[in-house]
Amino acid sequence: MAENYLDIKNLNVEINGKEILKDVSIRVKSGEIHALMGPNGTGKSTLAHSVMGNPKYKIKGGEIILNGKKMNDLQIHERAREGIFLAFQEPVSVQGLRFINYLRTAYTSLHPQEKLEYKKFLDEVKELLNFFGLDNSFIDRGLNDGLSGGEKKRMEALQMLILKPKFIILDEIDSGLDVDALRIVSKAIQKAKENGAGIIIITHYQRILDYIKPDFVHVLIDGKIAESGNGELAKIIEERGYEYYKGEINAKIE
Amino acid sequence: MQKLNDIEDINKEKYDFVTKIKPAYQTGKGIDRELIEEISRVKKEPEWMKNIRLKALEVFLSKPIPKWGPDISEINFDEITYYIKPEDRKANDWNEVPDEIKNTFEKLGVPEMERKYLAGSVAQLESEGVYSKIKKQWADKGVVFMDMDSALQQYPEIIKEHFGKIVPPSDNKFAALNTAVWSGGSFLYIPKGVKMELPVQAYFRMNGEMEGQFERTLIIAEEGASVHYIEGCTAPTYSKYSLHAAVVEVYAKKDSKVRYTSVQNWSDNIINLPTKRAWVEENAKMEWVQGSLGSKITMTYPSSILRGEWASTSNLNVALATGNVWKDNGAKVVHAAPNTSSKVVAKSISGQGGMSVYRGLLRINKGAYNSKASVQCDALILDDHSKSNTYPHNEILDESASFSHEASVGKISEEQVNYLMSRGIREEDARSLIVLGFLDDVLKEIPLEYSLEFNKLIKLEMSKMGAVG
Ligand SMILES: Nc1ncnc2c1ncn2[C@@H]1O[C@H](COP(=O)(O)OP(=O)(O)OP(=O)(O)O)[C@@H](O)[C@H]1O
Ligand SMILES: [Mg+2]
Repeated sequence: MAENYLDIKNLNVEINGKEILKDVSIRVKSGEIHALMGPNGTGKSTLAHSVMGNPKYKIKGGEIILNGKKMNDLQIHERAREGIFLAFQEPVSVQGLRFINYLRTAYTSLHPQEKLEYKKFLDEVKELLNFFGLDNSFIDRGLNDGLSGGEKKRMEALQMLILKPKFIILDEIDSGLDVDALRIVSKAIQKAKENGAGIIIITHYQRILDYIKPDFVHVLIDGKIAESGNGELAKIIEERGYEYYKGEINAKIE
Repeated sequence: MQKLNDIEDINKEKYDFVTKIKPAYQTGKGIDRELIEEISRVKKEPEWMKNIRLKALEVFLSKPIPKWGPDISEINFDEITYYIKPEDRKANDWNEVPDEIKNTFEKLGVPEMERKYLAGSVAQLESEGVYSKIKKQWADKGVVFMDMDSALQQYPEIIKEHFGKIVPPSDNKFAALNTAVWSGGSFLYIPKGVKMELPVQAYFRMNGEMEGQFERTLIIAEEGASVHYIEGCTAPTYSKYSLHAAVVEVYAKKDSKVRYTSVQNWSDNIINLPTKRAWVEENAKMEWVQGSLGSKITMTYPSSILRGEWASTSNLNVALATGNVWKDNGAKVVHAAPNTSSKVVAKSISGQGGMSVYRGLLRINKGAYNSKASVQCDALILDDHSKSNTYPHNEILDESASFSHEASVGKISEEQVNYLMSRGIREEDARSLIVLGFLDDVLKEIPLEYSLEFNKLIKLEMSKMGAVG
């Protein structure tokens, strides 16, 4: 895969008139893994939704650029077609929409130039379900309908692999996963990386980062990147907590 | 790979064409005693049938137009043409059907469906059946499937015994009207123990405006028999209304199983007021599956009277009310024997100012002990101009009965749309998928040809809405 990059530049985002993100910049290249950490409510999911294009999140300043192309004015599905994928913190369910029908529609929407062979596609889905420890009944179930928290996360990871995106944002993919599932999902992320995707992992825990070593770690505090560093930063954060930054920010304000 | 946004071929325009024929016979406008006598004379009917008609006319004239539900006061009974016979011959072979009529049914896909998966087929244009066929394998077992007028000539005794017993003219004004002027419809008889693996289909086509189609259908499933009857309905669009008022009577005898699937895609000038009812005897099973795509106004409440112990019924209903449309759909179930069970699932979609109503009656008689009933009605409202109402009426007169009622009214959530869009799916396609998902548990019960129709229509409606909003 040719080298791709996703450039989030000085992003300012508002929701319902409230400023959430302030001048956030992150640049991700293909094959890189970035971890985004920070306390509850600091705007991590907001960043994910803004990059994906959810119209509730108003971009007040800054740019999202994918391989030189500005994403700001594109609709959600257009951004997806450019190669952005978001694994939701809380995937919604759609009753009666069979997973396989949904997935096929998604795939053909994302890769219109490919001629999809249904049989092959189905086999691939089955194989992946098996990889994630899910049985074949999930093929025909309503999209996320009645799935447990951990099952939903595994299904998100499955889609991440099958839909072949260029850039992946995983919003707390690790929450709700048992130890075995965490290991499997980590493997899946590793695979995506090897396929050349650039990845942002939003997480609260070092646990997942023990499996997938991030190249960069960003700490988001009150909508601002308070610190960026290499993989070691995650461990430091785990030890010293976020209070450290609060103090620092307060100190700056004073 | 067919893409979701390929909507070229999904227009209702497929059905919007007029068959250019000069009818072989047609009555003048308006309804009176002379009209009834004329129809009966043209059909060379037995005297007793003429008398049934004349009595029904009295009932029709004496009953007022219903004041509840949608406004149907625009119907002017003096302006309607009640009987139009397109063609003198009735064929059992498509090659014997006159070209213009044959082309009509070919465009509608009727002969093709027959070849692909039907055991038998009846095709009606205007007031008369023009074609009927039951495949030899089933004819040999004694199955009869033909248009009702032919049946009256060939099986007068059976008709006399069963006609108008389940739906008497006194039931409602339009049942009385139908009984007075009925023409066409299908007669289906399945002898004892005969299980038909393949469905039979009747296709009703209207061709003009300010006319009425009053087909009369009688289904008799003898003991242990089973059958799936499918009904399709279409018409071209006109600015003035036409009236469709059918009566359907189903005898589901002991241990029999009857499924009645009806998919109407009437043009949006049709006022559709059918009365459909089944008597369900001991351990028999009656399934109503209704897909209501078209028409301007529909009022239909298929009923099952559970008369024998262990009898059961289900009623699955999907109604689409988009545009200047009122769908008044529902179900009526009477538990008149112990250990009977019923299940009603009604789903509706209203959009672009459409109105959809669920109107139901469920009664568990005293003495119908250990009966079980459930009613579920779910409405999806697509925009702020559209409405949905539910009028369930439940009379549970036996204490040992178990009964549940669930109703929901919802909108498509933006979160759902955003989620699907984040996987590359366009907004209108996302909305279609959500709507189709909502309908799925009923749509999967509808034969493929017709459920595809639903798919296409929903997608078309969503693309229209996308263009507006
Ligand atoms: N729809 C909304 N309406 C109003 N406020 C919102 C909305 N969505 C998010 N917010 C607010 O924006 C802020 C950032 O929320 P966000 O979900 O981005 O946090 P987060 O960093 O992902 O937190 P967590 O770690 O708990 O997932 C929070 O204060 C939240 O309450
Ligand atoms: Mg979050």
